[in-house]
Amino acid sequence: MSALFSIALWLGAIAVAAWLFRRLGQYASDNAPRFRDMSYGVAFGYVLGVAAIVWLALAYVASLSSDTAVANKFFFLGMAINGFLVFAAAAWVFRWLGRKIGTAGTRKLFRAMPLTASFGVLIILIYAIFSVFAGVIAPYGQDEILQGVAANIVPGGDPNLGGNPDFPLGTDQIGRDIMSRLIYGAQNTVGIAFATTLLAFFLGGSLGFLAAVVGGWTDQVLSRGVDVLMAIPSLIFALLLMTIASVWSSRLGIPLTVFMVLIIAVIDSTRVFRLARAVGQNIVVMDYIEAAKLRGEGMGYLVFREILPNATAPLLAEFGLRFCFVFLTIAALSFLGVGIQPPLADWGTMVRDSAAFINYAQFAPKAALTPLLAAGAIALLTVAVNFVVDWMLHRSSGLKE
Amino acid sequence: MGNVLNIVLQRLALGLLTLLIVSIVIFIAVNMLPGDFAELILGQGATPEAVKTIREDLGLDQSLISRYFGWLGGMLTGDLGTSFAQLNFQTNLGGDGGVTVVEQIAPRFANTMFLAMVTAAIAVPIAVIVGILAALYRNTVFDRVANIFTLSSISSPEFFMAYVLILFLAVLNPILPSLSNIYQGMEFSDRLVKSLLPALTLTLVVTAHMMRMTRAAIINLLASPYIEMARLKGMSPMRVIVKHALPNALAPIINVIALNLAYLITGVVVVEVVFVYPGIGQLFVDSVKIRDIPVVQACCLIFAAAYILLNLTADILSILSNPRLRHPK
Amino acid sequence: MTDTLVEIRNLWLEGRSDEQWNPIINGVDLTLKRGEVMGLIGESGAGKSTLGLAAMGFCRDGVRISNGSVKFDGIDLLTASAATKRGLLGKRIAYVAQSAAASFNPAHKIIDQHVEGPTQHNVMSRAESEADGMALYEKLRLPDPEKIGFRYPHQVSGGQLQRAMTAMAMACRPDLIIFDEPTTALDVTTQIEVLASIRDIVKDFDTAAIYITHDLAVVAQMADQIKVLLKGDEVETADTRTMLSAPTQDYTKSLWAVRSFERPLKAPVVAGSVPVVSVQNVDAAYGKAKVLHDVSFDMHQGRTVAVVGESGSGKSTTARCITGLLPPTSGQISFGGEVMPADYRKRSKDQLRQVQMIYQMADTALNPRMSIGQIIARPVEFYLGLKGREKRAKVDALLEQIELEPSQYYNRLPSELSGGQKQRIGIARALAAEPKFIICDEVTSALDQLVAEGILRLLAKLQDDLKLSYMFITHDLATVRAIADEVVVMKDGRVVEAGPKAEMFQPPHHPYTDLLLSSVPEMDPDWLTNLLDQRGVDNIGDSAVGKM
Repeated sequence: MSALFSIALWLGAIAVAAWLFRRLGQYASDNAPRFRDMSYGVAFGYVLGVAAIVWLALAYVASLSSDTAVANKFFFLGMAINGFLVFAAAAWVFRWLGRKIGTAGTRKLFRAMPLTASFGVLIILIYAIFSVFAGVIAPYGQDEILQGVAANIVPGGDPNLGGNPDFPLGTDQIGRDIMSRLIYGAQNTVGIAFATTLLAFFLGGSLGFLAAVVGGWTDQVLSRGVDVLMAIPSLIFALLLMTIASVWSSRLGIPLTVFMVLIIAVIDSTRVFRLARAVGQNIVVMDYIEAAKLRGEGMGYLVFREILPNATAPLLAEFGLRFCFVFLTIAALSFLGVGIQPPLADWGTMVRDSAAFINYAQFAPKAALTPLLAAGAIALLTVAVNFVVDWMLHRSSGLKE
Repeated sequence: MGNVLNIVLQRLALGLLTLLIVSIVIFIAVNMLPGDFAELILGQGATPEAVKTIREDLGLDQSLISRYFGWLGGMLTGDLGTSFAQLNFQTNLGGDGGVTVVEQIAPRFANTMFLAMVTAAIAVPIAVIVGILAALYRNTVFDRVANIFTLSSISSPEFFMAYVLILFLAVLNPILPSLSNIYQGMEFSDRLVKSLLPALTLTLVVTAHMMRMTRAAIINLLASPYIEMARLKGMSPMRVIVKHALPNALAPIINVIALNLAYLITGVVVVEVVFVYPGIGQLFVDSVKIRDIPVVQACCLIFAAAYILLNLTADILSILSNPRLRHPK
Repeated sequence: MTDTLVEIRNLWLEGRSDEQWNPIINGVDLTLKRGEVMGLIGESGAGKSTLGLAAMGFCRDGVRISNGSVKFDGIDLLTASAATKRGLLGKRIAYVAQSAAASFNPAHKIIDQHVEGPTQHNVMSRAESEADGMALYEKLRLPDPEKIGFRYPHQVSGGQLQRAMTAMAMACRPDLIIFDEPTTALDVTTQIEVLASIRDIVKDFDTAAIYITHDLAVVAQMADQIKVLLKGDEVETADTRTMLSAPTQDYTKSLWAVRSFERPLKAPVVAGSVPVVSVQNVDAAYGKAKVLHDVSFDMHQGRTVAVVGESGSGKSTTARCITGLLPPTSGQISFGGEVMPADYRKRSKDQLRQVQMIYQMADTALNPRMSIGQIIARPVEFYLGLKGREKRAKVDALLEQIELEPSQYYNRLPSELSGGQKQRIGIARALAAEPKFIICDEVTSALDQLVAEGILRLLAKLQDDLKLSYMFITHDLATVRAIADEVVVMKDGRVVEAGPKAEMFQPPHHPYTDLLLSSVPEMDPDWLTNLLDQRGVDNIGDSAVGKM
């Protein structure tokens, strides 16, 4: 109750401040249009924004406090702000480098790039490096049970709480290094999601273009089929099929992960189908396609020379979005315990296994960080991809005008 | 009006047909299990008699088609069968009259609906208002900040959001409970407080989607020549929005809301698991893990039905709000 | 009270594209007196709409005023507060947009949108304004003026909607109305009716107006003064008669000259000669809707047949039947005396080669991902089987034929070309097949006049050199006059009249041809007045079409 009361009080104070701000602005600027025509809502927005920034600055200072109780409380906000600043700076430097180095084409690309997009590209690059070189970067193997090291070492590296500085993120219940598993996660989680998306694209894309070009009954049958599959929420459908697949996998001795890739690829290919078909149909009605048809060109030439080259931009953007979606679905399945199976290290599973450490937050914030690190690793990549896709979509819509 | 009624009836029929086909798809999917349910329930070492009893109990000796209609008929009359977990318990230990699937699902379904409604009550107004504001003040600092926030929250997995909220609102500042132990006969206010953290998590995810879609719809609308015309007629910004933009924005906004409520259905599964919220999503995941097929089947159909229903509602509402269809030539 | 209503001084406008600000209007002055009509003309991209809106103190998103001043009746619109401007807009300055269908709010009835201005600006009560609206509708000769306002915009035709919008602009009896291409989207027969009513009402209420258009003949009827713009610069300004009779600037003179391009008459077709393409009793339908009824006409070697008609007359459908995209339900197409298969998929490669097509929108007719060289080389390779150096030589020759320097254009993408250049590439692609017959579907209607004339001249030259036959689909009679040998007039899927050009432009006509011909505005400022005197207001436009 008191929380609600203090929020109301602050909002009231900001409301008054906003009115004062506009008034003072009008007075000080001699009624310049900027302040004269400013609506109250805009003034409120400015003051609210400033208040939020001031509060964040104070929280940051508090996180550096020598009083551990206070510092612990603001530790996570401090981390978030640090992370934000570091990433923003890195993205800026990265873009600056991109503008200086490379061919004329890439330099031009970087010149028009917003900071969010360059952040996205940078993160994707880092993940790519981690997933390719996971074996080199990680101190131990992903399924290596460390001899002579205790199992269940608490993360945070504080010996008083059962931690060990050599294993900053601790070890799991059978004594594997969690940090190594986190790094290997880039290989497994990202790699599997990427393979699934590729499969979904191959399946949905080819059928979608087929429906668009051939039309008629082929189109009708495929589209209605996809309609039905899309009428079942994808995560629910995936869970249902995974139940069945789990029985098959133990019978046939094929890892469940293989089934998961197939199931998600099929479910997701319905979305790709829709887009590919729509994009294809937009292109098929163009006069240059008509001209090619009237010339007597065959289907192969039409699809590969006339249609596909014009569909790459929207398909590429869609690939990014679908990757995010697949990635999140796999993470959710793993988190629920039916996704990527051990001994493969996977982020979704790690979050579930280490979730309890969240409750350490007040006295050992570093321990509480582990589940958030794995979950954050998932979030960071999808955010990055989304930023890039957002920019690509913005750019292609801007070019049309 | 006859015209609109026709279209609406058509859509309704199409929705029902889709639901029917979806039920067939689910049924077929379940029947793709290797062997049959009886072996699955009893495991490898079951006696042939026990297997036979269960087979007759479940009607597995009948043909596939008659089994489908039996199942479908049961669904329609509210008989969702008996859960395997209960059945197993009965046959092995000789207990009498366990819980049917309906008895298991009904209270949880109510809980999930409660959670969804609390979420919608918070998310819809925020999303629509912020979405409209972002569209009005597009390309300003406000719009860009909103864009970054919403993109980030869409991109994050639900469980990440859930744990961040638990961290800040339950562990560091103990304002809300991190476990939603809901039971029947609880007081409303208590129930609300216990459901608030899962509801907030869902709100974060759904709001972001809804806000972005609202923004896009409104921007699209504001670019139309009739909005420019209203401004050139000297109408106040408020009037332009309320009188000229909103009546046309209704259809897209309704669409956005319904689509996102449909999205909630998926999101609810993960969130219920994180907060141990006794809803249908959690039941579903538990049943998936122990391969309790009748429950999985029933939950799946319920989710699909809700999903289809919401999409159908969106479709029909947007038809009804289209002046071109309401006032034919 | 001064005589000057609008005074624009040294106005500079910029628009945002490709992440930077580019100039749209460069230091233009404009003075408009009360009750005077100023015509603003220029090609697309000349900045005339932007200038018109700036005269209202309004900038679209992504446009800004970088310098200058705009004064309306002594009020500086650029520094006035938002509230002051709102008080002027709609009340003293009104706007009529190009597309009435898009500019009326689909959610409200027409009369509700009409009364909004007067009631919100406290000029009239709702009842007064409704009554006044009906009076205006009557004055603008809208059918059923008492009831038409109670319909929704989508229930009313385009030409009527445009007049309803003019009535809406008049609702508060403004001092100034900006007309932004109000008749561009309309058919000629509809346009004339709208023009007549706009002109009358502006004169009757003594309203000042800025009339924006790209059509010289239209502006000649409407304006007292004409200002010519070119790429954001003012070329010249003069009163209408002076401007038409004695333009001083080269650019203006060239605009005027376009209208004078005309090919010499050819000798009539030798009786009994076999036509290159013959359309015989063709009926066609889209699904159940029948769109062509018993269409027949012939096209001979080295000659141009112009197929004329308004939108929906079936002229493009006829072309689709000839190419085989839409097989006719009955009747046949023969080529050089031989009947061709109805479906293009059943035609031989050589039959396909003989019939080529040039499209209206060069943007969608060229694959944006292929270079110019690839686009033209494909038919060369496909039909003629040329490879390597031979192919390249042929493509170069074709590029030279369409007057583009091969080395400069071979590797470019279509997006790097101007509209006229793209259209030339379309022509080269058609020529690459070495056809006998080319269908030109509205090939000049998306182009500016000067560019369009270049294309027409090129087509005429190619015809003479290569003995090509053209089927020239167009709605523009000026183009017909310039290029046709024979004319086919179509209406509602039927051929109304057909014959040599000389006959077609001489009375007696079929009544529809007569209406069509007389509705095309001419460069004479008295043309509209004379026409109305001759025919009477009830014998023009939709009402006249309705009587047929």
